[in-house]
Amino acid sequence: MIDWSRTALTIVVILGGVLTLAALLVWVERRLLGIWQERYGPNRVGPGGLLQSLADMLKLFTKEDWIPPFADKAVFVLTPAIVVITALMSFAVVPIAPGFVVADLNMGILFFLAMTSLAAYSVIIGGWASNSKFAFLGSLRAIAQLLSYEVFMGLSVMGAVLLAGSFNLSEIVEAQRHLWFVVPQFLGFLGFFMAGLAEAHRTPFDMPEAEAELVAGYHAEYSGMKFGMFFVGEYLSVILLSAMIVILFFGGWLGPWLPPVVWFFLKTSVFIVLIFLIRATWPRVRFDQLLSFGWKVVMPLALINLLVTGGVVLWKAG
Amino acid sequence: MMKTWRYIRDLVLGLWIVFKRTFTKPVTVQYPEERPYLPPRWRGRIVLTRDPDGEERCVACYLCAVACPVDCIALQATEDPTAHERRYPEFFRINFSRCIYCGYCEDACPTYAIQLVPDFEQSEYARRNMVYEKEDLLISGTGKYHGYNFYRVAGVNIRDKDKGQAEHELPPVDVRSLMP
Repeated sequence: MIDWSRTALTIVVILGGVLTLAALLVWVERRLLGIWQERYGPNRVGPGGLLQSLADMLKLFTKEDWIPPFADKAVFVLTPAIVVITALMSFAVVPIAPGFVVADLNMGILFFLAMTSLAAYSVIIGGWASNSKFAFLGSLRAIAQLLSYEVFMGLSVMGAVLLAGSFNLSEIVEAQRHLWFVVPQFLGFLGFFMAGLAEAHRTPFDMPEAEAELVAGYHAEYSGMKFGMFFVGEYLSVILLSAMIVILFFGGWLGPWLPPVVWFFLKTSVFIVLIFLIRATWPRVRFDQLLSFGWKVVMPLALINLLVTGGVVLWKAG
Repeated sequence: MMKTWRYIRDLVLGLWIVFKRTFTKPVTVQYPEERPYLPPRWRGRIVLTRDPDGEERCVACYLCAVACPVDCIALQATEDPTAHERRYPEFFRINFSRCIYCGYCEDACPTYAIQLVPDFEQSEYARRNMVYEKEDLLISGTGKYHGYNFYRVAGVNIRDKDKGQAEHELPPVDVRSLMP
């Protein structure tokens, strides 16, 4: 049945790889932002600053593990764990190459959507447990944002599901052997990308954290490695978002000449860099703008997209 | 509709413009390894210079201390009967934790003694180390003005040089004489 040793090995490889990548991305983002702003970024620790994250981690571990006296202690401590756990759980269904996946669920997409929705809880209860106004405003915004993007996130994925005829992520990738879904599902891709940015709290939809106005939003009260967990969680969701875009719309591991893992890695990197580029370029929108844009523009477009895709699939089926 | 397209175009254009910055060289000067160019007249650390003969230029006239807007210069004039019977500072003290590097002292100095040089690396661990005494300030060179020697061109008498003996100086006029 299930080869347990193989599964365990896959878990270790994916867990280690993804966490290392997330730590590395902290440095990559700071370096890229620096380069795009005509400066160097962190380039002192290790070759080219490569070990910056390690130094940051050491620093975070030696910080005082402080819990504000006004906070709800149990929930306050629990929250950072939820961020990382939900983000890592989603990687269980991400197929990196044929057979290189922890759990090839036949409801993979639903599992992913469920886990990202659970991740939103961490933001909400994190802000609530902190019991401070900035954190509270941050999570308030997160809830408002959640209400708008969760709906069209699911809807925009459904087009790809219809075309592939399966909720299984590996089968969705295989269904793109001749044509990447980004071509027939361009609207779906845009909707999913937007929802994903809002989900990962990335610019231009980073209102829940909004350094400039809310100090750090929902994790304003967190310090030390608890803050570090939020930080790693954010980069984990960036990797997750890029990986899901690649799987759903850009043919996952499919590609000529190079081995599948390399293709997957390359495509994912492109989207990670694109997300950083967006961070470097676009300003943050107001959260009522996101709400009205989400409900009045993207949501109807996603519905129309779903309707047309469904019609085409039915027509082709005869 | 046109507006929407313009917004979309602007967003994508912005991404492209930022992305092009990948290929430009950063403007950062990586300081301890790379040094910025400082012009010769850059106003940095203050030094006391000597004239071409190796004597102190400072005549302790107090003009720099008066000109200093933050009162960071302290000195005491004295006259040395053994050497040239000329004025010179007994002590000369600049508190660099107060100095604002305005260069007024250099402007006020009649003998080009006090000069600001292009050096800004004056960090110290203890604040009292920011107070420079005369031996810290005095350099062995002439600074920015190489040939200048105040006592050679000025009509002030010191022991080895009387009035009228300076360069380009006529002998003193006898004011009691009627002859032109």
